[in-house]
Amino acid sequence: MTNDEKTKTKKGNLKLCELCKSRKQAIKRPKNLQKICKECFYHVFETEIHQTIVSNNLFFPGEKVAIGASGGKDSTVLAYVLKLLNERYNYGLELVLLSIDEGIVGYRDDSLATVQRNKIQYNLPLEIVSYRDLYNWTMDEIVSCAGIRNSCTYCGVLRRQALDRGAAKLGINHVVTGHNADDMAETVLMNILRGDLARLENSTTICTKSSGSPIKRSKPFKYIYQKEIVLYAHYKKLDYFSTECTYAPEAFRGTARVLMKNLEKIRSSCITDIIYSGENLVLKEKKKRQQFKKKQNANGSKEPTEVEIRNDGSISLGKHGFKDGNRCTRCGYLSSNTICKACMLLEGLEKSKAKIMLENDGVTDGAAKLTRTLESLTF
Amino acid sequence: MSLSVSAEFLGGLDQIFGKVRQSTLTVPEGSTIKDLLQLIVQQHLENPKDICMFLDDDNEGIRAGILVLINDVDWELEGELEYELEHKDVVTFTSTLHGG
Repeated sequence: MTNDEKTKTKKGNLKLCELCKSRKQAIKRPKNLQKICKECFYHVFETEIHQTIVSNNLFFPGEKVAIGASGGKDSTVLAYVLKLLNERYNYGLELVLLSIDEGIVGYRDDSLATVQRNKIQYNLPLEIVSYRDLYNWTMDEIVSCAGIRNSCTYCGVLRRQALDRGAAKLGINHVVTGHNADDMAETVLMNILRGDLARLENSTTICTKSSGSPIKRSKPFKYIYQKEIVLYAHYKKLDYFSTECTYAPEAFRGTARVLMKNLEKIRSSCITDIIYSGENLVLKEKKKRQQFKKKQNANGSKEPTEVEIRNDGSISLGKHGFKDGNRCTRCGYLSSNTICKACMLLEGLEKSKAKIMLENDGVTDGAAKLTRTLESLTF
Repeated sequence: MSLSVSAEFLGGLDQIFGKVRQSTLTVPEGSTIKDLLQLIVQQHLENPKDICMFLDDDNEGIRAGILVLINDVDWELEGELEYELEHKDVVTFTSTLHGG
């Protein structure tokens, strides 16, 4: 590249990588302010992810792992790096791309096209699960019923289940997602800002098994800065999709994100610091609960080894992480209440659907896009 | 003498610049990135309301969350806003403010 030659001659002071001391500096790492070259950056980036995977025992040999792929930068880099590390370090993983089609015209349809290309580029199988098939609703329809303000609540609950169901369909018990350090710190801040103690405690766990799901989720990018992910994708010329979801600016996460970005500007290590704080915030167990637990144990009602085999052949992994291991009475999905959250939300929607259908003549495709277009109109 | 500089708008930033992903600008000698930002806003920003999507609150620096590369090198290594542009420099702006 001519750029390289130019920088060398420029102002006579060629700055060398602090690691290899032989190549030109290309990036200043936000984590430790180290100035390194592209090659060293690739090496450090990949190795750090490998170390996160190894030190947390994220995978076992022969495990089938679904990569939650949205076509965005994080999941694209995740798919690329996991495939690379799987081959380099012989993890022995069977990787599959798993995408969710929320039904958002002008956003998800485009990003899914990216995932389709990734499928070919990385030679990985791809499974797409749609809200339409699972719930008979698209996000566009939901937003036209429930309003744009609640969109992320619906989308989040439904997607969580959709990923589980997609994984179950493939006979996979482990989903990895591209959540990065910035996302983690954002979530910690968000939970602090709204005083959500229950979520705060677990928001930084690298590997979670939620009460509603037999499927393990992990975040190999937990300690990786967004900046490095974007730069990695940029330098490696990875094919990713980069448009903000048409509904997202309304979400509360946006507020936390702006706050975080501004904090990062002042002190870039603050992302790692916030994650560290989040990890060390442990709630004191309530007294009542302890007594309850003791009572249970005293009754001898321990049931740790109970394994349930479901119709589709998948196995529920006991009642460890679950509050009570209930099943939703509507859809049969694991849930801590009699009706799972997704069904509850959908029920609420059904009630308002008829009214909306009359008002809108049922035209809901691209509702958000339309709103945006209308907003930008001026006289 | 004036310099010819190329600006790239990636990561969805092209949306506010009339879907232009790459453009060539002419700047006077001695211009810095700071001057370039103002020029980009004047020449390419479609809707003046979108200035907050690109610049910070003071409309001087870059918005937090947008990565800047100068000839593919992190601008933090090049003096950021004060970097003095040279002929044929390529400045890349990449937004990181979107889902992954």
